Amino acid sequence: MNAATPLASSDLLAIYDLMVQSRILEEQLIKMFKQGHGFFWIGGPGEEAFNVPLGKLIKKGQGLDYDFLHLHYRSNAVLLAMGMDPVDPIRQMRNTATDTHSGGRNFCGHLSKPEWNLTPITSPIEVQYVTAIGTGIAQRDHKTDAITIVTGGDAGTAEGDFASCLVWSTRPGQELPILIIVTNNQGGISTSYATQHAERHIADRAKAFGMKTNVIDGNDVMESYAAIAEAMHYVRTERKPFLLEANVSRLYGHSSASGANFQAEEDPIARFRECLIQQNVLDVTSIKEIEEKHTQAIHALISQVLTERMPDPASIFDYTYWQQKGRVM
Amino acid sequence: MATYAQAVRMALHYAETHLGLSHVFGQDVGAPLGGVFTATQGLKTAWNTPLDERGIIGAAIGLAMAGKRCVAEIQFCDYIFNTIDLLKLAGNTCWSSNGGWCLPMTVMTPVGSGIRGSIYHSHSFDAMMTHIPGWKIVMPSNPKEAYGLMLACLQDQNPTMYLLPKALIYGKGDEAIPGEPSLDQEGSKQLREMIDKPVDPRLAAQWEPNWPTGLTDYTVPIGQGRIVREGADITVVSYGRTLPLCVKAAHRLAEQGIEAEVIDLRTLWPYDWELIATSILKTHAVLYVNEDTEVTNFGEHLIRRTVDELFYDLLAKPRLLAGEFIPGIGLAHTLEQASVPQLETIEKAISEVVAGKL
Repeated sequence: MNAATPLASSDLLAIYDLMVQSRILEEQLIKMFKQGHGFFWIGGPGEEAFNVPLGKLIKKGQGLDYDFLHLHYRSNAVLLAMGMDPVDPIRQMRNTATDTHSGGRNFCGHLSKPEWNLTPITSPIEVQYVTAIGTGIAQRDHKTDAITIVTGGDAGTAEGDFASCLVWSTRPGQELPILIIVTNNQGGISTSYATQHAERHIADRAKAFGMKTNVIDGNDVMESYAAIAEAMHYVRTERKPFLLEANVSRLYGHSSASGANFQAEEDPIARFRECLIQQNVLDVTSIKEIEEKHTQAIHALISQVLTERMPDPASIFDYTYWQQKGRVM
Repeated sequence: MATYAQAVRMALHYAETHLGLSHVFGQDVGAPLGGVFTATQGLKTAWNTPLDERGIIGAAIGLAMAGKRCVAEIQFCDYIFNTIDLLKLAGNTCWSSNGGWCLPMTVMTPVGSGIRGSIYHSHSFDAMMTHIPGWKIVMPSNPKEAYGLMLACLQDQNPTMYLLPKALIYGKGDEAIPGEPSLDQEGSKQLREMIDKPVDPRLAAQWEPNWPTGLTDYTVPIGQGRIVREGADITVVSYGRTLPLCVKAAHRLAEQGIEAEVIDLRTLWPYDWELIATSILKTHAVLYVNEDTEVTNFGEHLIRRTVDELFYDLLAKPRLLAGEFIPGIGLAHTLEQASVPQLETIEKAISEVVAGKL
């Protein structure tokens, strides 16, 4: 798929399939937490309509000729759409030694993949906005259409690092090719956006810097896909930043710390499913087949991961420094 | 005879022409100023940033992630404190990704007292920085080592913190940097004319540096200390501004028959324990000297390790002489003198430790 091509039925079906896979994965990760197979859950159920198109449109690879990703911890659907093996988040949830993203050291949803320029996802909700400046500078100086993509939630935009990204990416004559994405779910843990922010749209703040912006319904697949494609095209060709704000749902709360129970917000998958049924792309039988396929596959992966070994306690010192093993001093 | 600032400048020039250094940046780092201490004048890769320390450190992390070698400057370490979580992030990126990412980046920041800098231009940062794993931390105390340690930092694959003791920044050394003009006064003048930007704005506007052509890859390995003065009665371990004071105190005490062995630690992490331990096994007494505030001071760690590993080899209690535990350095001369170790207090502390030997 590329930005200019209308989505064919097979594309729509592939997006739906990934959305369902991501949702089932997230729900199973929550279940793992509740069963005591992991210590903490955080993820992005409710953001699939935006995150899957985003993952589909990323130029995937390693080095300056590919997109650099500074994502936040609700990005499993982005990575699945890029081709991540669903076993990866399961291993991170279980903190196994086989976790290729952090070796059992970090929370689930804190993915890292140098082969895809995915910089390590961190718990601080703002630092990605300033590390993105650096890859943005490197890509500004490089002849490429690759860009830097940074994502965060609405609450994190109150941090100074968000403002830093706006300032640095729009320095006159030194503009940076950064796509700044805010997924606005109207809350930070238990604190509602409306009680803390007077700005109507977060994207409005970028207008003061002369930055192009857009505010979209991130629960709508077609609108998300088109808006992401348009924003990416602008950043890839103009080599200037763009701020895209997507209003999304948060279907299981902030994290396991707030219970990880289903909350009655709009479900983007249900909405897309109805759309696809009306277009005769989906029927009742295929809906059921897709859900069963992913449920069985993820159950099998969980069973497998539960047998995998935990990290060796002696490994705690490894990689404090590059390629280093064992204690330094 | 180069100053410390000229040494840093020449090292950065060597690195941008030979080692792939592509970005040197920070507030006032590029033209026209070239750094408030002139350490980045004339560099082709130096540029100015917004007044935003978090942006500066974040940019360095991102550039390193993109495979670009950079030096980011925080103008005074007093202003680096709002970046602590980013320094933690840089230090944990390799570890948290289980070896997936490395961050070959260098942060450079002036530290310590000695320029009458008052509350926000006199902080030390060695105690705070050595609390952050994943970094290599250096603090040269003379121009030649300033050059060699900068080149070491710029060839390391990890985040490196380069602390410049600002009291020494215009001081000269007694050893030549390979490639600099001669060590005498004529050499100093010649070097100044070659690489110091003229103060006169009319001349400065047309100025281009004339770099010495014989600069080399002279490198001081990270993790290696140096015995600056040999002695048999006590080991004195220091770095930065207090190091030359310790040497001076040792020379004065030699007239009284006390022979102090002075070690310049040079690298704070990973530090040269073998050098320290070997010296203590010879002298059986140790004094650690630095000017950071004394509570949870890096020297306290060194004392703890000394007691853990060498207790039965000590003939006197190990001691730390550090800055007073106060919120800042007061501006008045009398206040600054009383806040951090000076020649007299160092001399007194050495004498007391030696006098206490069994």
